[in-house]
Amino acid sequence: MLDLLYFEKYPLKKNVHSYRQGDLSIAHDVNSGSLHVLDEGTYNVLKAIEELQELSGSISIAGITQVLRQTGKTELGEELTEILEELEELRKEGTLFTAEAEGIQPTYPAKPIVKAICLHVAHDCNLRCEYCFAGTGAFGGSRTMMDLETGKKGIDFVLESSGHRNHCEVDFFGGEPLLNFRLVKDLVEYGRKAGAERGKTIKFTLTTNGVLLNDKIQEFLEQEDISVVLSLDGRPEVHDRMRPYADGRGSYAKVTPLIKQFATQRPESSPYALGTYYYVRGTYTHFNLDFDQDVLHMADLGIKQISVEPVVAGPKDAYAFQEGDLDKIREAYDRLGEELILRRGQGRDFNFFHFNVALDQGPCMVKRLSGCGAGHEYVAISPEGDLYPCHQFVGQETYKLGSLYDETPLQLKEELVKEFRSAHVYAKPSCRECWARFACSGGCHAANVSFTQNLTEVYTLGCELQKKRLEVALYVKIKELMSGACQGDGPFDTL
Amino acid sequence: MAKHIQTIVKANLSATVKTGGCGKCQTSCQSACKTSCTVGNQVCVK
Repeated sequence: MLDLLYFEKYPLKKNVHSYRQGDLSIAHDVNSGSLHVLDEGTYNVLKAIEELQELSGSISIAGITQVLRQTGKTELGEELTEILEELEELRKEGTLFTAEAEGIQPTYPAKPIVKAICLHVAHDCNLRCEYCFAGTGAFGGSRTMMDLETGKKGIDFVLESSGHRNHCEVDFFGGEPLLNFRLVKDLVEYGRKAGAERGKTIKFTLTTNGVLLNDKIQEFLEQEDISVVLSLDGRPEVHDRMRPYADGRGSYAKVTPLIKQFATQRPESSPYALGTYYYVRGTYTHFNLDFDQDVLHMADLGIKQISVEPVVAGPKDAYAFQEGDLDKIREAYDRLGEELILRRGQGRDFNFFHFNVALDQGPCMVKRLSGCGAGHEYVAISPEGDLYPCHQFVGQETYKLGSLYDETPLQLKEELVKEFRSAHVYAKPSCRECWARFACSGGCHAANVSFTQNLTEVYTLGCELQKKRLEVALYVKIKELMSGACQGDGPFDTL
Repeated sequence: MAKHIQTIVKANLSATVKTGGCGKCQTSCQSACKTSCTVGNQVCVK
């Protein structure tokens, strides 16, 4: 039977997340990544232990029984012994109450290995999206295009700075990168050649609003195996409110047929953004807290790979989330999870990016701790050739890492590299105590800085949304696996 | 078969501290503006 003294030194809440979702009570063992479905009694026992720990009370059978009584739960009698025996079995097996791997810190080579770049080929845009973090394309500067020399230097930079890594990534970004399509074409050709000369492969991605996605460009993207992220917010009125042209007209009518056409050309696209993929992504705001309807609108258009994500906005923005929005957002994720399960059962499948959790093939702990690698594995390059930790920091002088036109462009500003490398999960006090710490890697650096002016303090609303998404994602995964188990696949074992 | 708890996924994430860290995985992004994103939604390419 489980020795309850174990909980004197084992903080339960941060290491085992027990929650209810839909018709299930779930326990997620954070350190192992294991998942269990609990009956009512077991769920209540775990919650009682959590409560006793919070009250610094004695963790004993008597204590648990008292909490159950005080909270109006069914008292368990002999069943409590059975539950504690089953819990002990799982503890011994290493799938519940597992300990955190101690003393792990991400370690890096002295010289940063930058393997991915975001090339800002156009600091201009043909739309004027309300929530644009890029200042509608110009990033606080002038509207300008990257030239061929700078683009080539950018490609050379990633090929050189990626050291022994053979796979590099180049994302064509903006503004709207298709405003500078000639350069995109030239750089793909140059990158393929320059990569081959060094025995390296470049994976290209392009992020576009779809306005210029004509047949010729679609054909090029297909032929060159370029992954594409396309922006669509959902229902016409939602999209048009936030994504107008400069003259105020909405862009839905123009971009939707083009995005739909492109998406349907790639039916085998990976939901985990592997290989050559597409994703149609949108942003939801205070104005569409029922964003699940926007996801379903896109699914109804025949789009299979969908990501709709929360806006990051300042408190003065009308579209920023307000007090009281969080519950509505959580309800929207709940509804979306149920609808996804329902549609999958009916063969009307689609993927919602943030509900994807590759429990069997997820990233290693080292990756989970270090996160996105902004500022040392990934950099953004402005049209002028200036280097920044990521696309969100472009134009912020304090965060400039260097320039492609420096005498030694590979020599990134050391103190900034160090600062970004140090901003890992364990450097963030609130992350250390959070059950979702290995799923979000401490959140977005840019959002954290924007809200707290500090790389190691987190954007708390972002945390709440992340946790909710993860809860639903695990639930959807469990439902999927349980349905497989009914067909004879049995428990899912990655040990 | 357990009466009170049904194990759905058995995993051993902590073990990847020793086996992981090859750096071959796709760059992730935690922000809302890119979809090559969020570590939890990635796969290991090893």
